[in-house]
Amino acid sequence: MATRLPEPDRPWMMRTYAGHSTAKRSNELYRGNLAKGQTGLSIAFDLPTQTGYDADHELAKGEVGKVGVPIAHRGDMGFLLHDIPLDVMNTSMTINATAAWLLALYIVVAEEQGVDSKALQGTTQNDILKEYLSRGTYAFPPGPSMRLIADMIAYTVQHVPKWNPINICSYHLQEAGATPVQEIAYAMSNAIAVLDAVRERVDQDLMGRVFARISFFVNAGVRFVEEHAKLRAMSALWDGIGRERYGVEDAKQRRFRYGVQVNSLGLTEAQPENNVQRIVLEALAVTLGRSARARAIQLPAWNEALGLPRPWDQQWSLRIQQVLAYETDVLEYPDIFEGSKVMDGLVAELIEGARAEMAVVEEHGGAVEAVPYMKAALVDSHRERVRRIEEGELVVVGINKYTETEPSPLTADAEGGILVVDPEVEAEQVGDLRGWREARDQQAVDAALAELARVARAEHENIMPPTIAAARAGATTGEWARALRDVFGSYRAPTGVGEAMAAGEDDRLEELRDEVDRVSEALGRRLKILVGKPGLDGHSNGAEQIAVRARDAGMDVVYEGIRLTPSQIAASALQEGVHVVGLSILSGSHRSLIPEVLRALREEGADVPVVVGGIIPEADVAPLREAGVAAVYTPKDFDLNRIIRDIVELVAERNGVAAASA
Amino acid sequence: MAPAAAELGRRLRERDVSAAPAVLNLVERRTPAGREDVAALLHEVSPAVLGGEAPGDVVGVTGPPGAGKSSLLGELVAAWRRAGRTVAVLAVDPTSRRSGGALLGDRARIPSEPGDRGVFIRSTAAGERLGGLAPATRAAAQALAAAFDVVVIETVGVGQSETEVADVADTVVVVVQPGSGDVLQFLKAGIMEIPDVLVVTKADLGVVAQRARRDLLAAVRALGSEAEVVMVSSVAPAQGFDELVAALGRRREQLDLRSRRTHARRRAALADFVAEHGDRGLRALGGRRAAEKWLDEQEPGLDVPALERRLEQRALEAS
Repeated sequence: MATRLPEPDRPWMMRTYAGHSTAKRSNELYRGNLAKGQTGLSIAFDLPTQTGYDADHELAKGEVGKVGVPIAHRGDMGFLLHDIPLDVMNTSMTINATAAWLLALYIVVAEEQGVDSKALQGTTQNDILKEYLSRGTYAFPPGPSMRLIADMIAYTVQHVPKWNPINICSYHLQEAGATPVQEIAYAMSNAIAVLDAVRERVDQDLMGRVFARISFFVNAGVRFVEEHAKLRAMSALWDGIGRERYGVEDAKQRRFRYGVQVNSLGLTEAQPENNVQRIVLEALAVTLGRSARARAIQLPAWNEALGLPRPWDQQWSLRIQQVLAYETDVLEYPDIFEGSKVMDGLVAELIEGARAEMAVVEEHGGAVEAVPYMKAALVDSHRERVRRIEEGELVVVGINKYTETEPSPLTADAEGGILVVDPEVEAEQVGDLRGWREARDQQAVDAALAELARVARAEHENIMPPTIAAARAGATTGEWARALRDVFGSYRAPTGVGEAMAAGEDDRLEELRDEVDRVSEALGRRLKILVGKPGLDGHSNGAEQIAVRARDAGMDVVYEGIRLTPSQIAASALQEGVHVVGLSILSGSHRSLIPEVLRALREEGADVPVVVGGIIPEADVAPLREAGVAAVYTPKDFDLNRIIRDIVELVAERNGVAAASA
Repeated sequence: MAPAAAELGRRLRERDVSAAPAVLNLVERRTPAGREDVAALLHEVSPAVLGGEAPGDVVGVTGPPGAGKSSLLGELVAAWRRAGRTVAVLAVDPTSRRSGGALLGDRARIPSEPGDRGVFIRSTAAGERLGGLAPATRAAAQALAAAFDVVVIETVGVGQSETEVADVADTVVVVVQPGSGDVLQFLKAGIMEIPDVLVVTKADLGVVAQRARRDLLAAVRALGSEAEVVMVSSVAPAQGFDELVAALGRRREQLDLRSRRTHARRRAALADFVAEHGDRGLRALGGRRAAEKWLDEQEPGLDVPALERRLEQRALEAS
């Protein structure tokens, strides 16, 4: 085999996951990024848009424009894509429960630009199972959700043929704590569930084309050699699934195509500059070996664990990609791991492990039925990871080793080196939305939504045509989702914590249990905590780990899962008679939501201390304390036992229980 | 503090459902002072003070893990709310033997309108008694039945746990997942008492659910019971819940409430006595059967703490 390629390969597509505040401001950001050499778009939507609520819904409060851009109707989408040529742009949309709707808006805006849907290129993430397992932005129950996905695939294969209608995400599984074997197995099982659902809704002779349109969105951690092996293992498994399960003859259609966002879970708040080298190494995992190289890459910014990245932070990450593609020689060689015994051995190990785990999922009745099983397995894996960091088995530089540091000039500015979204954005969006509703032809909207509801009830019709018609008529994201919620019902995903394995023997835990017992005896009943996630943020790892650890320490724990309003949390705290409330928020909406919860608790007459955990910038800690929060924990507080001990002390102090005799 | 207990009792008698959180905080306290408060509270809602049995329906819901109890409860609560009835749910979860802690989930699966004061949900850990009722649950059910239209006691398990629930509830629902044979075998073998209503969940499974229903119906008829078997589906659009509510209503109408509640109070008194005085105390009473017989001879209207005091007195005299 030749040592060099006759021509270097073309670089992968370079994107930055971006969007915030409003459609107009995000459009400026996109055009700036494209001018800097970014080659594709990656749209981040805000949580109300992702979960199907308009900006004026109760649950949207505090979340509008925070983790992404709010898009309520074709007008917003038009502003977002203003002066971006959709016939040549390749756009990735991180959108799942409401993917059909956002794709419809994209198609309608392309029409307005005079671009035919057959020319559109891009990806809708559209992977609902991982939303139940990890990311939390689902809207409908599993059955109807799988039908929406199947409808989109059936529609795009015919009418938007260059579109990737679904990106099966192993990314978020790793973020939720998956081991490489779990990541591979659950992603493949998920893809099988989707393909099985589509098989019932398209002609059999289209299955090759359907299979070829399924792409993946993977993660790459800092153990980059094993991570590369993981991608080779996925390629091999995917090829086999196409051939054996779906009878796809054309090898090109069986090719494993993936985009990547490298790991955020391993990025640290402490010494955040170290994240840059982590990101670089992780990028190697998906670029070094030619036969399993990513088609598209987006890199996180160095300050993700601190808050929202600024344009400069994102530019830095784009430049990492450009240096890798244009300065190094990675694109000049054939596959550099071919013939490596070590690499082949790693791949074989991963394939074997993944096959065994896929068989377990199959025994549960497939990925849809196995969601509770997989969720509990992920909570357990994540707990093991947290334990290894706490005990120093897994070294994280700056966290549990080499923690001494000079003050960082990167975070020295007033905002602490992050972007702060203007709180006026929400009111602005709500105002625009009301204006939009007043100006449109209401009768046309009503008729379009009625037709949408009819098709939703008619199981054998495709949801896309009435969705596109509703987008043209001027319906909003919240209206589209509400019409479907009325037909499909709503849903709460399993939390996974109830099934989590009990902790084994552990000396530090024993001491904690003694203390919980002592305080509980003094209180007259067992110490009880409510762990709550206010708002729309679905990142529940932290809340789950605290809930499981509190139980293992001997507390009674009320955990209700994600997406609760402040009044629901306050009512639960009162009814359950808890001694303390722990809240977790990662979406940046803590500034408005936490004071709301405190107010609701006061209104209910629940006089209990509140502690908060999440991505809370340093500058926000003091205002939260002043508002009445007893303690604030951030990603640098990795020692869960210490947090639990603090909570026990807090409850003891508030209830006049004497401190433990030392 | 007895005055606080008396005040709570008064609020319950006036059917003030907002007293529920404080009532639960009170009955859960296991200190000696707490026991006195519970006694005072239960006296305030005893038949003697109320002038009859507490008006609420006490419904026990039990079944094996994964049978679909929480989805069922969600729909059931919604159906009761539509009928304008207030509902209290006492959900009992198992406690870890190793840590003493418990994860109390599922309250979020019972949908309630934000700000709806007509639904109260309290999750409790079973405590040291794995799979059984939390010590406070009996007292809570008795107290809340004075204020709420419906009090639901939800427990996990099959075999022993619904026997305990049957000692507290007016009517008992056992939830059965089609395709799993536990309940059928336990019924046939006499390990579990025959409930009032057997609910087959996941009716959307079709043939499997139909078969489960047929087998259960055959078994209860063979045992000479009139128990009803209802099929429900929680998948939208939910089905069978109006029938379930109707079946529960029929069973309740057929019930001799006074004798059922009297029985419940006697069993509760004995359970509390055993929790406090253990096997030694039980031996002093001549064993469980003798104690139950003796309790059956006491006046029907006595509240639980009064019965328990009598048991303690009797044990003291015997030793």
